[in-house]
Amino acid sequence: MTAGQVALVATLALPALGAAAVALVPARADRAGRVLGTVFAALALVASLLIYRPDGGWFGYAPANRASAVRPWHELDLTWVPGLELRFHLGVDGISYPLVVLTTLLTLLCCAYTVGRSPGARPGRTLVALLLVIEVGVLGTFLALDLVLFFLFFEVVLLPMYAVIAGWGGDDPRAEAGAHRAAARKFVLYTLFGSVLMLVGVFTVVAAAGTADIVALTGGAGLSRPVQLAAFALLAIAFAVKSPLWPLHTWLPDAHTQAPTVGSVMLAGVLLKMGTYGLIRVAVGVAPEGARWAAPVLGVLAVAAIIVGALVCLAQTELKRLIAYSSVGHMGFVLLGVATLTATGLQAALIGNIAHGVITGLLFFLAGAIKDRFHTGALDDLGGLRERMPALSGLLGYAAIASLGLPGLAGFWGEAFAVVAALRRGGPLWTTLAVIAAVGGALTAAYFLRLLRRVTHGPASPVVAGAGGAPIAGVELAAWAPLVVLALAVGLVPTLVLGLAQGPVGALVEAVR
Amino acid sequence: MTEIGLPPINYGAITPMLILFGASCVGVFVEAFVPKAQRHLVQLVLSLGAITAALVTVVWQADTRTVTAGGAIAIDGPTLFLQGAILVLGVVSILLIGERSLERGGPFVAQAAIVVGSDADRNQTVRQPGATDIYPLSLFALTGMLLFVAANDLLTMFIGLEVLSLPLYLMCALARRRRLLSQEAALKYFMLGAYASAFFLFGLALVYGFTAGTPSGSGDNGGGVDFATIAAAVRNSEVSPALLYAGIALIAVGLLFKAAAAPFHVWTPDVYQGAPTPVTGFMAACTKVAAFGALLRVLHVAFGGASWAYTPVLGAVAALTMLVGAVLAVTQTDIKRLLAYSSVANAGYLLVGALAVNKQGLASTMFYLVAYGFTVLAGFAVVTLVRDADGEATHLSRWAGLGRRSPLFAGVFTFILLAFAGIPVTSGFTSKFAVFGAASGAGHTWLVVVGVLSSMILAFPYLRVVVMMWLSEPGESTPSVLVPGGLTAAALTIGVAATLVLGVAPESLLDLTNRAAEFVP
Repeated sequence: MTAGQVALVATLALPALGAAAVALVPARADRAGRVLGTVFAALALVASLLIYRPDGGWFGYAPANRASAVRPWHELDLTWVPGLELRFHLGVDGISYPLVVLTTLLTLLCCAYTVGRSPGARPGRTLVALLLVIEVGVLGTFLALDLVLFFLFFEVVLLPMYAVIAGWGGDDPRAEAGAHRAAARKFVLYTLFGSVLMLVGVFTVVAAAGTADIVALTGGAGLSRPVQLAAFALLAIAFAVKSPLWPLHTWLPDAHTQAPTVGSVMLAGVLLKMGTYGLIRVAVGVAPEGARWAAPVLGVLAVAAIIVGALVCLAQTELKRLIAYSSVGHMGFVLLGVATLTATGLQAALIGNIAHGVITGLLFFLAGAIKDRFHTGALDDLGGLRERMPALSGLLGYAAIASLGLPGLAGFWGEAFAVVAALRRGGPLWTTLAVIAAVGGALTAAYFLRLLRRVTHGPASPVVAGAGGAPIAGVELAAWAPLVVLALAVGLVPTLVLGLAQGPVGALVEAVR
Repeated sequence: MTEIGLPPINYGAITPMLILFGASCVGVFVEAFVPKAQRHLVQLVLSLGAITAALVTVVWQADTRTVTAGGAIAIDGPTLFLQGAILVLGVVSILLIGERSLERGGPFVAQAAIVVGSDADRNQTVRQPGATDIYPLSLFALTGMLLFVAANDLLTMFIGLEVLSLPLYLMCALARRRRLLSQEAALKYFMLGAYASAFFLFGLALVYGFTAGTPSGSGDNGGGVDFATIAAAVRNSEVSPALLYAGIALIAVGLLFKAAAAPFHVWTPDVYQGAPTPVTGFMAACTKVAAFGALLRVLHVAFGGASWAYTPVLGAVAALTMLVGAVLAVTQTDIKRLLAYSSVANAGYLLVGALAVNKQGLASTMFYLVAYGFTVLAGFAVVTLVRDADGEATHLSRWAGLGRRSPLFAGVFTFILLAFAGIPVTSGFTSKFAVFGAASGAGHTWLVVVGVLSSMILAFPYLRVVVMMWLSEPGESTPSVLVPGGLTAAALTIGVAATLVLGVAPESLLDLTNRAAEFVP
């Protein structure tokens, strides 16, 4: 085993070990359990950083060492259950690596946040253990190079996330009792629906190709056109539920609103990325002919998501719900980038993914902090935050401006280049889509500015004036600071992500052309 | 008049059945001659010993591939695998049946003939140790199951069916508590089972009629009911196939009844609920293996040539079974009824595998049977542990907050439910994946679609129980979870371990099923 393979396995094994260890901690040592989980999350982050292969260089890409479009930096291919075409085949390349690091980073931040702020009545160490299990599933999804293994990890995420929402959610006192359970059920229902479609898609591909190896399958080798169309339709719907793509998004606002802060961060930061990553790696990679066939539909739906998300946000009255719907719009840009099937579009999608994970993660942390202090997320009750808590409202302003896509911050690149890619694609359809998407970008600015006006500016509302308004705690600052820095860093130096992805995306576009 | 000679019998090949049959006869004598105080121990040891001995002989002749007893019995890969599966699951069931520490006197009635509700009945409920005739009955049932999966002609299969069914009817009626429910279950099972047997017999007659004119194994042109003759007739016969189709349909009714497939499933919830829980587990695990073993042999060997004719109809039955089981499971409020409907849905998944008439379909169905058997036995083992003063507390509302009362058993049961729901790293995922993979390979994509959709629906009742156990507060009426006696603990451990191992490292069993998946001609 090479050092890279060890790091690869460690990235996946450390959170799993951590979850098991935390689960064994007795109830009286709750805080120790949370700290232990955080240590494991930190170790996983270190392991994921070690995966990076320096000879690829920041701006270049390692030369092709084989014919496939997927050329992992490190690869581990073990037989697991040959009877089911299931191999323990892990690998990482420029497309998955940024997402892997994003996942380990956000999980660490969430665990650390939980150490400082134990949520509600239920034990915090269990929450940390569940977060680590979610991390295992998400990382496995990003690292898997076997279709069946990919599906397996995709499924692992479902139940812990359900438990997080149903068990620790619903801190809003105004919500009716049991609303968080209903939201969790809706989340499971939608995601299971996506999963079963994906399972059928996987069966279709594996039965037709006789292999589940993503490396071999990329480029659609050997799959007939009908199989590709069917496979792409099934897989795309499955990933569209997860992403979520309009009109399959309705689980998202409820789940976000009801989930605890760390649950929202994980959900927005990394879970949604499984959908877009799957779309790029699996659906487009395995069934390119199907992707070309469905691209216009995907593009139209993506633009619809942008517009619908923005319009709904303009009418929202609840903070977390607004951020949740803004996710629908942002993911619309990402999907638009994917739908163009061009190198620019896929690059935009990847950087949009990362930017959304960082910025929306930060936004949910901030929204959680506001709700913690004032026990409400209603925009009507908030107002004048700037007077009571200038630092917090400043951060909220920063995150909102980053999210609306100000140049120089992370949100800009993904949205701008998704539009550019659609324009470059040419033709009346794509030009129209690009124009509408650009309008949607303006609407994004509108609703975020409205949010800022309502929450931070104006006179202090009775709620804001009356509450204690505890200053920002050290643990909060520790959890937010990396995201603040990253939002700026990715905005200023987009090659942090794009440089890594350039080679693999080029190869993928070449393969699916 | 020609002399009728006995056909040569390969006694070595049928030793497992002979051992079990002999042991059950000895068990009857034990009932008559051994003092009451020692009967339970003697019977338990005898049963476990006999099943283990039978299992050893099955393993010992793992390479035997032969047709014996005048073509009546086929000992081949599927037979030996399924016999082994029935025996292993039988051991676990006997462990559950033999548990006496959870309840004074064990889960079975002392004298089934005493009128329910009489003074004598109240007396026996609290004082008397349970009757031990359950052991010979289970051994008889197991004998029938071994014969059922080995039968190579329809008449032998019918005999196997009866030998396995009659003891089961009786076993259902032996519950110590809620005896009326138990007796009602037994009567219902018996009545419907008798109808199903009649259907089977009628189908047999029609198929015999269809084979007339086909040279049979005995050399004349009179036809026959052995599978080789039927298969030859399906291929070559000039007779109108109407007889064949009607025969297949009726035989399928008889077998699908035992397998609990819709629309022949209506007995399942009542019988599963009414029967003593260890017997329910025995039925859910062993009977299912036997029924599907026989169904596989009939579909693959006898009627394999007509698969294009029965696949659409049985496919519809499979789809209906999955949907009915899943949808009705959602509405259940009793854990045993919930597991009954889940058993119906699982019959549908098994049928999806059985309809893929190729090696992969056969292998994956056999794998599913074993995986499901272990999980369902572990599930019912947990059900026997959750009790209050009136016996088992099976109403779901009573399970609320169980996670607080007993995290260990709630955790174990959660794991079992996740396995039923087909979540990865449990055997439920591997087996469903194998079966759907086989069906997809055989071109039955629509069955796979229905299957995954129904398994999505079916995940909800399981999830509801999990949520109830962990996220609800325990109330006054939340029953306690007893510490299991050694036997139940052993059964539970075996079941959970098998569920985990078959989910994480299923390769050895998959390999075994693949090597076994070939019928002798």
